[in-house]
Amino acid sequence: MIKALGYFWEIIRGGLITCRHFCLNMVFHLLRAVGIKTERRGAVTIQYPEERKEIASRHRSLHRLLKREDGRPRCVSCLLCATVCPSECIEVEAAEDPDPEIQKFPARFVIDLSRCCFCGFCVEACPEDAIRMDTGRIELAGYRRQDLIYDLEKLLR
Amino acid sequence: MEILIIFLKIVLALVWFLTLTLYLTWLERKESAVIQDRIGANRANIGRFRMIGLFQPFADAIKMIFKEDFVPPFANKFLHTLAPFLSFFFVAVTIAAVPFGDRLLIAGKSINLQILDLHAGLLFILAMLSLGIYGIILSGWASRNRFALLGSVRGAAQLVSYEVALGLSLVGLIMVFPSLRLQSIVAFQGQNVFGWIPKWGILLQPLGFIVFFFSALAETKRVPFDLPEGESEIIGFFAEYGGLKWGLFMMTDFMEIIIVSSLATTLFFGGWQVPWLAADGFHWPWGGAWLLPHGVVVLLQLLAFNVKIIFFCWLQILIRWTYPRFRYDQVMDLGWKVLIPLSLLNIVGTGLVMEFLK
Repeated sequence: MIKALGYFWEIIRGGLITCRHFCLNMVFHLLRAVGIKTERRGAVTIQYPEERKEIASRHRSLHRLLKREDGRPRCVSCLLCATVCPSECIEVEAAEDPDPEIQKFPARFVIDLSRCCFCGFCVEACPEDAIRMDTGRIELAGYRRQDLIYDLEKLLR
Repeated sequence: MEILIIFLKIVLALVWFLTLTLYLTWLERKESAVIQDRIGANRANIGRFRMIGLFQPFADAIKMIFKEDFVPPFANKFLHTLAPFLSFFFVAVTIAAVPFGDRLLIAGKSINLQILDLHAGLLFILAMLSLGIYGIILSGWASRNRFALLGSVRGAAQLVSYEVALGLSLVGLIMVFPSLRLQSIVAFQGQNVFGWIPKWGILLQPLGFIVFFFSALAETKRVPFDLPEGESEIIGFFAEYGGLKWGLFMMTDFMEIIIVSSLATTLFFGGWQVPWLAADGFHWPWGGAWLLPHGVVVLLQLLAFNVKIIFFCWLQILIRWTYPRFRYDQVMDLGWKVLIPLSLLNIVGTGLVMEFLK
């Protein structure tokens, strides 16, 4: 019984901590409700669809393929990205380029986003800086699996 | 006329407590959110009006109504359906004895703002709250699910360990206010000590209140004592329930909070008494009076009762979002080794003090 009563103070202290959180946050909520803007807010919530947090510059979002000056993809179909991809979601089909300096260009470049784990290895592996993950697009959900397969046309956009 | 008044009282009290129950779910969501530095459910809307999530209980209700009413093929269909209704009925019926206010004089009639002025109202509430366990045991048994049955057995074991303390903690109170009628208990608390401190139950029975409050927390079967349910990891007695029947169990839980709050208010915090408010207005302890019409006094009493109830609901939600669950044996220990000796001590102490002061 003595031992059980020994917890009593700690139990009350725990209650006081939550009570303090409640009261403090309520004060800031009420201040906001009557129109007084304070530095501190009652909640740390960012109400997502309306309010968005700024995406960090190094954030890995949807892939894009970069273009040369003439509009063709910078990719030379070296298959390094497809090789390094841990989830094996990149599929590249090479075709011969008339320019001997370039040699190859991708006839087909498909990323299956339903498999992609957004590790960014493809970006690091690319010797031509042809693929980047800096579009800032993070809402990639689709209603069909087909919508998540991004081909050359979609990636070059 | 008498029947009409009784009918009106029943409807009003039931509707009011059901509204409170609905909005207690909202309060629980919002309060837990504020405690945890969040905002809480605020998306339910009608048109462009969100009203800080005040429509959320209705959205929940609509969702639960339109869910499939599923009874597992191996369950006892009749008892499986009966259990949630039984559970809810025993809680809802306790509203009959809750004193909302003093007598209301209207058109030459004196209406008691309590549905049934039972001479043993306190025992009635305690008995009905204890009977609520039948719904839990029945639901676990009728589900024919071992986990559900274990949950209801845990509920029964918990009941045995707190119900004794709950009853014993109130014995001291009954000794002080020599009545079991809730209206006369409240009326007694209208007196003042030394002419200015309201003579509420908490003042006369502090130890009794502590024991009562712990046992009452166990009665509501929420987190510090949610052995039967164990929502965080173990499977509770309503494992085989869904939709509106599950909703009824939840309603029972929330209504139990309100009933326990109103019981704590009635017994220990003066019920509908406002400090220094008599039947004809305020009589300040420093002399002078502020006379008020009868209607305003009754309104103030109703308001005081509800404010006190809401405060206790708030306190219980705060407790629910602060503490982890007691282990099975810890609840037994708390009940049998701490609360019951304390309540016995309270009875002996109360008796000695009363004899000494006589």
